[in-house]
Amino acid sequence: MREIDVSLVTNAIRDLCIEANYGLSSDMEKALADASVNEESELGRSIFSMLEENLKIAKEDQIPICQDTGMAVVFLTVGQDVHFTGGSLKEAVNRGVAQGYEEGYLRKSVVGDPLIRENTKDNTPAVIHYEITEGDGVTITVAPKGFGSENMSRIFMLKPADGREGVLEKIVEAVKDAGPNACPPMVVGVGIGGTFEQCALLAKKALLREVGQKSSLPHIAELEEEAFKKINELGIGPAGLGGSTTALAVAIETYATHIAGLPVAVNICCHVNRHATKEL
Amino acid sequence: MNLKITTPLTKEIARSLKAGDIVSLTGVVYAARDAAHKRMIEALAEGKDLPFDITDAVIYYLGPSPAREGQVIGSAGPTTAGRMDKYTPALLAKGLRGMIGKGRRSDAVVESMKETGAVYFAAVGGAGALLSKHITKSEVLAYEDLGTEAIRRLYVEDFPVIVVIDSEGKDLYDRKRNTL
Repeated sequence: MREIDVSLVTNAIRDLCIEANYGLSSDMEKALADASVNEESELGRSIFSMLEENLKIAKEDQIPICQDTGMAVVFLTVGQDVHFTGGSLKEAVNRGVAQGYEEGYLRKSVVGDPLIRENTKDNTPAVIHYEITEGDGVTITVAPKGFGSENMSRIFMLKPADGREGVLEKIVEAVKDAGPNACPPMVVGVGIGGTFEQCALLAKKALLREVGQKSSLPHIAELEEEAFKKINELGIGPAGLGGSTTALAVAIETYATHIAGLPVAVNICCHVNRHATKEL
Repeated sequence: MNLKITTPLTKEIARSLKAGDIVSLTGVVYAARDAAHKRMIEALAEGKDLPFDITDAVIYYLGPSPAREGQVIGSAGPTTAGRMDKYTPALLAKGLRGMIGKGRRSDAVVESMKETGAVYFAAVGGAGALLSKHITKSEVLAYEDLGTEAIRRLYVEDFPVIVVIDSEGKDLYDRKRNTL
């Protein structure tokens, strides 16, 4: 049994909230740089140079990459041999989010009740996904999610007969409908299988995958590639103003499902695909 | 065309702008988003005045991140304009001349824009750090309790935008989509 004081969780989450909002991971930076060279539209290329300049200013002048510093989505993968001490784990997570958003000059974008809509003023509560695994490790990932693209995400409960073609069609349809609203070029996270709620979670997790890394399943890697090609043929382009780069990546995660179902979730992320990870 | 425009945005200037024009905007613009729009529409319904003179004004759909000491404003890029569609025709009828945001607008908004002679500009979404450098003054004007959603009076200098929907209803997003 390994004991971990929850204050370590608070500190890690505070730091990760700030880190994620001031700089993209190196794979995202590279994907943007590569796409800017390959973009066919002149206006599209000028938008890419604005985005690169934006990342530079964010880092040098300590201004968040985007004013929508997101709702904090926290993934906690906890080994079953870990015992948290020193108080409530959930409170520790939310304390870390509150500290990170205050100390990091990040925008407080959370309302406590979806209908009454009063801002909680510290960006809590976070959306927390716990996963219990073997061993005594703890991995924390913070993925602040902006809602320009979150609002354009979709879930489809397809029929088994719709098959691969049906899935492909829905992925492309979701991106087409998202269009300029979702701040393209996008990263497209897709979940296939599971149940209604798990499918959506798979799509969210797909956004965490290193950009450019393919699925380890050959038939899924092939589907990713085909979807990527079809999406970029839509011509939506950077900022939705036309061009050959609509998506930077398509990542698909799958899970077993029911004999009667074929759930597909498409979680769209803008070009500010933020996530930061720390192991305790 | 590359143009330099100063606010207030008169009807004459607005009518001269065409979808696809690249514009550097200088002058006062008002930051307002969802919650502020809701309140403005409620004020109008109660027969009250709006917190600023909306005639020939430009609204920027923006909720900035907090400024550090020495900064005018934090990150300050556009939010999705479509969420304001429900409230927009009433503001256009009061003289609103320009809007800065990102993403599509509804048919009702485009029809109102054609009737009143207004323009919808897009700024590049997700470039809030860069765009903040073009904002030289910022003060909270109304609804301070709304935090980031308060109405702010901003002064912008050479703020980079593109005309997406002009006063004739030509839509750059749609045109691009239609040619696919």
